[in-house]
Amino acid sequence: MIPLSWYLTFAAALFSIGLFGALSRRNMVAILLGVELMLNAVNVNLVAFWRYGDVAQMAGQVFAIIVFAVAAAEVAVGLALVISVYRRHNTVIAEELDLMKW
Amino acid sequence: MTTENLIWLIPLPPLISFALIVLFTNKNKALSHTVAISAAFLSWLGAMIVFVRALGVEHFGEHPFASSINWLPTGDTWLKVGVLIDPLGAAVLFFVAWTILMIFLYSVGYHNFGQPAGDHDHAGLPPHGATVHGHTVLSVEPMYSRFFAFISLFAFGMFTLVVSDSLLTLFVGWEIMGLCSYLLIGFWYAKPSARAAGIKAFMTTRIGDVFMLLGIAFLYSVTGTLSFREIFTEEILHTLASVPSGVFGLSAAGLIGLLLFIGTVGKSAQFPLHVWLPDAMEGPTPVSAMIHAATMVSAGVYAVIRMFPLLSMDEKTMTVVAFIGAFTAIFAATIAVAQNDIKRVLAYSTISQLGFMIAALGIGAYVAAAFHLITHAFFKALLFLGSGSVIHGMEHGVFHTGNHKVDPQDMFNMGGLKDKMPITFWTFLIGGFALSGFPLVTAGFWSKDEILADAWGHHHYIVFATLAIAAFFTAFYTMRQITLTFLGSPRTEEAKHAHETPWTMTTPLVVLAFFAVTYGWVGIPEHFPVLGPLVNNNWFHDFVGHTLEHVPEAPEFSWIPLLTSLVVALGGLGLGWFVYKDVKSVEQDKFQISFLKNKYYFDELYEVVFINPAYWVAENVIYKFMDQGVIDGVLHIFGPVTDKIGSAIRNYFDVPVVNQFIGDGSAEVAWWFGKNLRPIQTGRIQQYFILSLVVIFVVGGLLYYILTLA
Repeated sequence: MIPLSWYLTFAAALFSIGLFGALSRRNMVAILLGVELMLNAVNVNLVAFWRYGDVAQMAGQVFAIIVFAVAAAEVAVGLALVISVYRRHNTVIAEELDLMKW
Repeated sequence: MTTENLIWLIPLPPLISFALIVLFTNKNKALSHTVAISAAFLSWLGAMIVFVRALGVEHFGEHPFASSINWLPTGDTWLKVGVLIDPLGAAVLFFVAWTILMIFLYSVGYHNFGQPAGDHDHAGLPPHGATVHGHTVLSVEPMYSRFFAFISLFAFGMFTLVVSDSLLTLFVGWEIMGLCSYLLIGFWYAKPSARAAGIKAFMTTRIGDVFMLLGIAFLYSVTGTLSFREIFTEEILHTLASVPSGVFGLSAAGLIGLLLFIGTVGKSAQFPLHVWLPDAMEGPTPVSAMIHAATMVSAGVYAVIRMFPLLSMDEKTMTVVAFIGAFTAIFAATIAVAQNDIKRVLAYSTISQLGFMIAALGIGAYVAAAFHLITHAFFKALLFLGSGSVIHGMEHGVFHTGNHKVDPQDMFNMGGLKDKMPITFWTFLIGGFALSGFPLVTAGFWSKDEILADAWGHHHYIVFATLAIAAFFTAFYTMRQITLTFLGSPRTEEAKHAHETPWTMTTPLVVLAFFAVTYGWVGIPEHFPVLGPLVNNNWFHDFVGHTLEHVPEAPEFSWIPLLTSLVVALGGLGLGWFVYKDVKSVEQDKFQISFLKNKYYFDELYEVVFINPAYWVAENVIYKFMDQGVIDGVLHIFGPVTDKIGSAIRNYFDVPVVNQFIGDGSAEVAWWFGKNLRPIQTGRIQQYFILSLVVIFVVGGLLYYILTLA
């Protein structure tokens, strides 16, 4: 069986890629993509820990499904915001949206 | 390699090709199509090896190639994922692999590979031509690689669906194709009509898919399995047939069958969910061929043929299936008569031919439905690719004259293309004759005749009559199309300068034309006069029939259906030629009936019945009532009340008490803090991100220190 640490390393790598993407990309859609990657890295961890822990306990899987649902909702709201921002300001570049800046 | 392992591998190359093109080769057009066509070729090779090995197995129906592994634990049991190739699967795999490979090859020529980049082309619009030495020539598609990526994914979906051994993986492939059809119909996304067509196709098929998923869920809750081989056992089928479902007095088998059938109605564009398919013509022509012949709509019919043992458990469901099929067949055939766009005629013809298959299935003609599915896939892919070739040739003419007002898809702008595009003409003629059921030589004749013979032999006279009339219309509009497009003399300057297309486009036409003729010969009925004894037995019926536990009986030979199909095919072709041979312009066409031209006003009807009420509800109920009335109303109560409370506090507490005795010290402290914290409020979301990251690190570090070290 593949050792647990492989999954954790993979998830950490995925998380870091997502984090890097979310921090470094200027396009809001790409930032959302980065956030998605991070959420999925967490899912990998949850499912891996479930599999290597007590398999009879479904908590890990259930938690992962909850994360899916939340992620789906988050993307729906996020993309709707991006579209509405695009319609108002004609841009999806995060830096150009500085209305809230003093 | 064992055959089972090989079957597992068949869907993979197109998926890998999709990933490769998207990730690495999308800048390089030549590399992209090489990857995609190699992948299609590998799948084709695998499919052919499997097919040949399947032919070598005795009693293949009882010992199909099957293997499965556990996939998803569901409590005590597992959802399995597996592959199954039985006689039906092998026959379907054969045509799917051939048509997909041919369409891939054709796409290279269709998207003008090797031509210069256009002068004003940009992504999301069809190419507009490039100027070379003062001449306008066809220009290469700007999103060439993207196209090959999408059709690769499409091919993956179809192969997955065909090799799957359970409804679960079938549904996965089904949905992948739904997505790809959306992406490809809306391929030229900068055209509003293409965008709308993509959305329409996706939404309409989605209606069917939801019902299908319900059917799958119901089936799973009753039987606890989704695997075909486990469901189609005597025991489970009887349980399903005897359990009442509580809806319309149907048995569980009947209701599940009906729900799955609604999925097919969406996917295979049967009445009343047929509206998306003609609009799907907005996509590039190889996509139309892909959707209308090789994959999507065939998948729908394949799914119901696959579920036939379940469907046939309930008479009522079968009646519904037969009715919908026969009605769609004649309904779409009449619309096709009045269409002027070369691709739209074929679109309605597809709907109508799918109706033939569904009707055949509804009267229990299992083998005939499968036979027509396969022959139709060959000749309809041929016709679509042929029409694409015609349009391509006409575009050549349009660029030559420079008159861009001429629609290269309108058949009344064509005429006389026979001499300009000989290969396209002869192959299109073969495809058209196969579609009309031209006697003896074409594949369409044998499959259509088998459906009619089955309908007659099993005493379904209404279905028989309906399909016979629909077949007459089919022959008529096919000949109308051929006459208007290829025969006579050119009606426009553009048609005079049309040009034969490159070999990448004509080769697939020739190959498909070969199958459009020869594939019919594998299913010649045993008792057919003269030819029957020659071939000795009906190979196709023997082979595919053994998919079922009880091999269906071929109907007794009768002259009535045979003569009927001869009369309608030849009569329709002859009349079509006679009426249209001298038609010079659209005004002389007697069949421009507005009722038919506007497709019985179904789009308008749905607009009024479904779309406008949905907008009305969104506007009036959700927005005006819910949002503005209820929610804002509640907020408007809170607003003034808070305002009142606030001003009361201000007037009776703040001003007299606080200002009097405490002074402005606290406000000044808050102001000072605010002023100094202001720089971190940059308004840039990513800086907030970093800040929260730093906080998480610091707090995490502290927690770690406290919990472990201290």
